[in-house]
Amino acid sequence: MKKLLILATLSSALFSVLLYANEIATLRQGTPLDEVSTNPAPMQNVSNTDVKEIRAYPMQPPMIPHKIDNYQVDLKANKCLSCHARDMVGDSQATMISVTHFMDRDGNFLADVSPRRYFCTQCHVPQVERKDLVENEFEDIKTVIKQ
Amino acid sequence: MHFSLGFLTLGGFIAGIIFWGGFNTALEVTNTEEFCIGCHEMENNVYEELQYTVHFSNGSGVRATCPDCHVPHKWTNKIARKMQASKEVWGKIFGTINTREKFEEKRLELAQHEWARLKANDSLECRNCHDFEYMDFTQQSPRAAVQHSTALAAGEKTCIDCHKGIAHRLPDMEGVEGWQ
Repeated sequence: MKKLLILATLSSALFSVLLYANEIATLRQGTPLDEVSTNPAPMQNVSNTDVKEIRAYPMQPPMIPHKIDNYQVDLKANKCLSCHARDMVGDSQATMISVTHFMDRDGNFLADVSPRRYFCTQCHVPQVERKDLVENEFEDIKTVIKQ
Repeated sequence: MHFSLGFLTLGGFIAGIIFWGGFNTALEVTNTEEFCIGCHEMENNVYEELQYTVHFSNGSGVRATCPDCHVPHKWTNKIARKMQASKEVWGKIFGTINTREKFEEKRLELAQHEWARLKANDSLECRNCHDFEYMDFTQQSPRAAVQHSTALAAGEKTCIDCHKGIAHRLPDMEGVEGWQ
C-alpha cells in the first residue's frame, strides 16, 4: 500500500512537471534549465509610490507599494515590523499587520506576531509595472458576476 | 660640544617636518580599507556583508570605504578615535572576535558603540556625503520625504535613528528602540 502511495505521488509530481514544462520555457525564453540565458530580461525598478494597490481577490496578501531593498528579515531583525507592527503604526502611519498575523494555527490569538507569519516576503511582495510575461486571463470576481 | 642656535633652529625645523610628515603618513595608512581588512575579523565579517549593499555596489559606482563611515574626517576627532582604537588592537591580540561565533556574540555591543558614536555627532559621517542642505524631497519617495522634512529637519531624529543596518547585517535587535 505504502509503495503504491509513493508511486502515485511520484507519478503525479512527474506529470505536473511535464504539464508546466512549456510555461517555464516561456518565462525562460526557451533556455534549458541547466544553462544561463544569454539574453535575460532586464531588471525592473520596483514601484515606489507608497500608494496602495487594490487586491485581485479579497484574501490576497496585500502587495508592498515601496522598495524593500536590503530589508533584513530574519531571526535577529525584522525591518518591516519597524513600521508595520501594532505598536509602531502610531509613529509610522503605516498599515498595521492584520489580526490574522497574531493567530496560531489553532486560531488562538497571541500577544505578538505568530512565528508562522513572521517572514513577510513569504506572502507580500513589491510590484513592477510591466507587461505580463505570460498570457493571463484572470478576471476580477466583480467582473465575472456582472457577466 | 656646542651647536649654534641657527643649527638647532634649522635642525629642529627639519626634524619636525620629517616627524610630522611621517606621523601623518602612518596615520593615513591606518585610514585605508586595505589596512582595515588586513585582519580577517574585518574582511570575513563586516567587509563581506558590505559588498551586498548599495554603499559598495550601485549604478553610479560611487562607494564608501570603511574609514568614510567609521573614522571622523576632522583631525582632532580623528586622533581621538584612533586613540580609542587602541582597544581594538588589544582585541586583535587576544582574539576577542577571532571566530564568526565570537563576532556574532559580541555584535550587538560593537554595533551599539557605533550607533552611540553616530548619534552623538549627529550622524556626521553620513552627512559628509548625504548633506541635508542639498536634499531634494521631490526626488524622494513620498514616505521618505515626509520623514526627512519633519523629524530630520527639526533635528528630532538623526540619520542613524532610522538607518541602522544599511551597510552590515544587524545584530539581534530585541530591545533596541524602534525594533521588534
